[in-house]
Amino acid sequence: MQTDTVQLVFYLFSFLIIISAIYVVTLKNIFHSAIFLVLTLFGVAGIYILLHAEFLAAVQVLIYVGAVSVLMIFAIMLTTRLASREIKQSNEQVMAGIFICAGFLLASLGSFANTVWRVVDKPLPENNTLTLGQLLMNEYVLPFEVVSIVLLAALIGAIVLARKEGA
Amino acid sequence: MSEYLAVLVFLGVGIGMVLFTFFLARLIRPAHPYKAKNQSYESAEKPIGDAWVQFNNRFYIFALMFVVFDVEAVFLFPWAVAFGQLGLYALIEMVIFIAVLLFGLLYAWKKGVLKWV
Repeated sequence: MQTDTVQLVFYLFSFLIIISAIYVVTLKNIFHSAIFLVLTLFGVAGIYILLHAEFLAAVQVLIYVGAVSVLMIFAIMLTTRLASREIKQSNEQVMAGIFICAGFLLASLGSFANTVWRVVDKPLPENNTLTLGQLLMNEYVLPFEVVSIVLLAALIGAIVLARKEGA
Repeated sequence: MSEYLAVLVFLGVGIGMVLFTFFLARLIRPAHPYKAKNQSYESAEKPIGDAWVQFNNRFYIFALMFVVFDVEAVFLFPWAVAFGQLGLYALIEMVIFIAVLLFGLLYAWKKGVLKWV
């Protein structure tokens, strides 16, 4: 793809992310907000593809678009009457919120301006999923196995909490 | 990168088809909205409340378990791609990884979480 096509696609996805993110925080129905959050996360997956991080994009779609959004939508549907209720999206803290957001924006813009962005001079690996798999199986094998323990802890924790509530 | 152009075209056609169908439907359907049309469907009975009901809490534990095993599946992808170059050692590593999570599944099974009561 030519650079200007990539740029156009980048702007398209950025537009999608920003618009749907604004909908997430402004819509009155929390269920609609959750649906737009899925769209936001999907747009982020598109940005990952543009950054040549194909595996990360697949993970983003599988975990965030697929699983985490299911979890959130379930949580909304399981909560009594939450899905059909109209909620106010602002409260008396609006002014404080504006100040904090403006401060955060200034701080991040300042740090962006002062950071020296390092560019990788070597060419990127052609197949980064392959490289990732090799690293995961050789250099990072201990963290990899620890991940399974973490997942096991999450699973057992979820079961214990859910059982206590159910019984 | 250019192979993703096909994905982009696919995405565009997919979205376009849905939008076109909605547009076409709007053109040819009659529009007579009245209040009774928005009622929840309740075969010939007067509906009580609306269609948003509280779902059974037991669904949530299934969603949680789905997330855990989804993360496990994500780790299988780079392993499967690199497996040709790695051989037996990688196989043993992945067997350990899956065996640890299998304990979780067995625990869930034993606790009766998988059973629908």
